[in-house]
Amino acid sequence: MYIIVVGAGKVGWNLTRELLGKGHEVTAIESDRRRYLTVEQELEHNISYGDASELWVLERAGIQRADMVVAVTGDDEDNMLICQVAREKYLVERIIARVNNPRNRPHFDLLGIKPSVSATDLILRLLEHEVPEYGLVHLLDLQEEQLEIIEMLLGKDSGVTGRRVGDLEMPEGSLLISVLRDGKGFVPGPDTVLEVGDEVLAVLDPGHEEKLKDLFGPGGNGNGNGSGG
Amino acid sequence: MFILIVGCGRVGSSVARAMLREGHEVSCLDEDPESHARLEVGLDKGWEDLGGQFTVGAGLETEALEAAGIEKADAFIASTDGDNTNIVISQIAQRRYEVPTVIARILDPLRAEWYERQGLHTVCPTRVAIDMLESAVREGARREGGEQADSSAEVA
Repeated sequence: MYIIVVGAGKVGWNLTRELLGKGHEVTAIESDRRRYLTVEQELEHNISYGDASELWVLERAGIQRADMVVAVTGDDEDNMLICQVAREKYLVERIIARVNNPRNRPHFDLLGIKPSVSATDLILRLLEHEVPEYGLVHLLDLQEEQLEIIEMLLGKDSGVTGRRVGDLEMPEGSLLISVLRDGKGFVPGPDTVLEVGDEVLAVLDPGHEEKLKDLFGPGGNGNGNGSGG
Repeated sequence: MFILIVGCGRVGSSVARAMLREGHEVSCLDEDPESHARLEVGLDKGWEDLGGQFTVGAGLETEALEAAGIEKADAFIASTDGDNTNIVISQIAQRRYEVPTVIARILDPLRAEWYERQGLHTVCPTRVAIDMLESAVREGARREGGEQADSSAEVA
């Protein structure tokens, strides 16, 4: 596979090295002259100097025959637009963009730049997973498939502890798939009674997080009507 | 008409003044609070006194765009000093806020041409400069050629 990696900072350099190691043909593009000269000592002809925002720089790197473009510069606008022209002008089949500021993610979505990867988001999620006081944790987002898997810890004040799963009125478009109790996971049946300290996993259509939070969270009444009251 | 101008440099501020003078409602957004002073160059009253609006913030931040009034904008001009910023924010204005008239200043002629074909109204000052320089040189060459022809005629 021929892959163009834009940005030879820490992420881009390591990525290029790994991809070369896996036997792919890779060209990295770096716009900072000094950085280029440093990285070029190792990557040699696998790195090209230039501003990949400029179309001729992408063309010189052979974007017309690229199977994938990965934009991992430190600038979100650059990453967005490089991926946009890669897909829409040069018809590159696969693109991956790095999101530096998670608040810019809606802009990536708006321009149809998918998938986009944000290290800050990933770390935040790991943090939430390690520190479940945050409440609801996203374990998996399948944007294309329109599915999410979330995890919630049932605290002392949860409205559903002591209740049978069969009695819960799960919001439409959501399904309880697993309960983690004392380090072990199992698939709950209708007779399973939820306990304080259980971690419940649910699969749901996007946009139902709030309803589930109301159902399982503090003061939830277990009827899933979304009012929480 | 309500016009939102993002990027209040020499170009943005001049367009802003001209549009205000023509009786439009004008709102400017710039990251640099100092750029407000540029708006008032040549004015005998303050920008706000004349009815203008000025907001400090980044064009990529939707809160800033909304504070500057993008939701009611009839026209949007992206004139920051960064091509990439201008291209991204004008697409946000077009797609997310559905502003009827969106104009982006793009210095890179190749990308200006491509985005124009994608339905973005672009203004490329570099293209204008290239065209003017080329015709100025051609004009000079023609005059030169004419004089040479004249002098050779004299010799003959």
